[in-house]
Amino acid sequence: MESTMTLFGYRLERSSAPVWFRFLLPVFAVLITFVIVSIVIAASGVNPFAVFYEMLIKPLTKRSARFELLVQVTPLLLCGVAVAFAFVSGYYNIGADGQLYAGALAGALIGTTLTNIPAFLSICIMLLCGFIGGMLWALVPALLKVRLGVDEVVTTLLLNSVMRFFIDALLNGAWRDPISGWPHSPEIAVSAWFPQLFARTRVHLGFILAIVAALALWWILRRTRFGLELRAVGLGQDAAKFMGIPVKRRILQATLISGGIAGIAGVSEVAGIHHYILNGISADYGYTGVIIATFGGLSALGVTLASSFLALIDTGALSTSRSLGVPDYLGDIIQSTLLIVTLAVLLLNRYRFRKQK
Amino acid sequence: MEFLFLLLGAMLRIATPILFAALGETIIERAGVLNLGIEGTMLLSAFTGFLAAQFTGSLWLGLLVAVLTGIVLSLLLGFLTVTLGLNQHVSGLGITLLASGLALYTFRIIYGGSSTPPSLEASFPLLPLAKGTWLEPLLDQYWLTYLAIILVPLLGWLLTHTRFGLRLRSVGMNPEAADVAGVNVYRVRYQALILGGALIGLGGAFLSLAQLGAFTHGVVNGRGWVAIAIVIFGNWQPSKVFFGALLFGFVQALQLRLQAQGVPLPYEALLALPYIVTIIVLTLARRNASYPTALLKPYRREGL
Repeated sequence: MESTMTLFGYRLERSSAPVWFRFLLPVFAVLITFVIVSIVIAASGVNPFAVFYEMLIKPLTKRSARFELLVQVTPLLLCGVAVAFAFVSGYYNIGADGQLYAGALAGALIGTTLTNIPAFLSICIMLLCGFIGGMLWALVPALLKVRLGVDEVVTTLLLNSVMRFFIDALLNGAWRDPISGWPHSPEIAVSAWFPQLFARTRVHLGFILAIVAALALWWILRRTRFGLELRAVGLGQDAAKFMGIPVKRRILQATLISGGIAGIAGVSEVAGIHHYILNGISADYGYTGVIIATFGGLSALGVTLASSFLALIDTGALSTSRSLGVPDYLGDIIQSTLLIVTLAVLLLNRYRFRKQK
Repeated sequence: MEFLFLLLGAMLRIATPILFAALGETIIERAGVLNLGIEGTMLLSAFTGFLAAQFTGSLWLGLLVAVLTGIVLSLLLGFLTVTLGLNQHVSGLGITLLASGLALYTFRIIYGGSSTPPSLEASFPLLPLAKGTWLEPLLDQYWLTYLAIILVPLLGWLLTHTRFGLRLRSVGMNPEAADVAGVNVYRVRYQALILGGALIGLGGAFLSLAQLGAFTHGVVNGRGWVAIAIVIFGNWQPSKVFFGALLFGFVQALQLRLQAQGVPLPYEALLALPYIVTIIVLTLARRNASYPTALLKPYRREGL
């Protein structure tokens, strides 16, 4: 039973939208988002255009701000890729934040313990352990999902809080920095610090890791049988099972990769920026990862562009709060509105207009 | 004895906002919608309620505004998940992020970055029900606490003994069958969202208008997630949800008391406890009689 709607001689039909249209959807989403957010900004007595200029254009005109953007892209791209890996297989991993902290914890443990080995080696071990740390924290909800059918969203979400409390317990207790007395861990060995990529900037090795992760997402999803099977599982588990794909194993694998990459994001923040672990290394990056993966359409290119855009909003919101006195929470409003609008706009993917005969 | 009454009194106060929110979430989930917007909804309600009370000088208007805020955000979730049929997880998360952002943005615009949180001249007082007697620490509670307790049997009765409750459960269990039987699935889900959103708004209002009489960034501090956990722990039944909220309140109250007396406690472990218990409960007792089987599944009638 197909009902239709006509508009100016065109008929709206339920079938997948033309390809060119799919590239317009994010543009629509951004435009709608900015119209909505303009209302919020204007209501707080500020000129929205001035804000958008300060936030989105001005940072790109200054060298230091451009590099700061890359610093901010690093965790966002890693988390976006992490979430995308899971979402592609139909597993809604909302727990990237907790997995990030698990990775950061493992990385910081290694970084503070291994003091007398070459930098290259200690960074490699740290990354490996961070990956495993994130994976382990993702493993419990993943096993519960594939073995017992427990909804992963609630478990991954709750485990984020559990991890935060665990980190708090460590940093307020056994692992509090004995030198400063502040609730953060002792510093990791200098040999474990990520090298800076450019002089007089904070851009570090993590940025390259993030690009590698995005390339890996592209390569695995588009060029390997494994990736094809992941996408098949995400599109429909019954059909995938019928094609002989080991559905549960693929979901588990996607989830572990997802957790591992989130763990790398944690290591990167510890070894690249702070050089110790504290409870503020992630500004809800795991949740921003959900926005990035959704807005980026779960593709490597999309996720890369989305993370750059959201990083621009993050850094721009900070500088706008300093120059125009607009609270930087505006960045959160824009990003969350973008998420909601994107979800709604994606619906248009299912329709196309045909000229009526 | 006095220690026990102090403890139980604190338990009720701590349980109240969680209970409101968890009851609201129960109603919404029983109709087949998971509301992950709960954490942000509580925060925005706490804020708008506080703001309205501050500017009008009326706590009752504040309460009304908080409830309306809960309803509006719930309707937004309904539009996204019921009308458009979008993913409930991501929509709910989006609402939490949006509502939190709006609350904190507006808070900063109006109150600036001052370090002392703004507070109300007068917040809802404790009812002097047993003033001067030995029952005072237990029975002198905010009226909202008593309302939350009265709501437990009321909502239980609504769900199991009324036509509306039957319809609500049917659209959460088997919307196709409910539709065939003549129930308007969309309308019932929206009704559940309105009722549930109002309750979640009350939970937020309790924090800023009664318990604290002030608004701070961390006023909700994960209580929404705890409420989600308690709905699962309570097996989607108001009476068991009540028990879950009391248990949570008791553990937290005990911890605060012992801490005040200098007893060293694994403070963070106790905070993490409800989450861990919920995951265990989810694992042990899944698909049982009260689980709304259509949870997370958008309902679409034939056609476009």
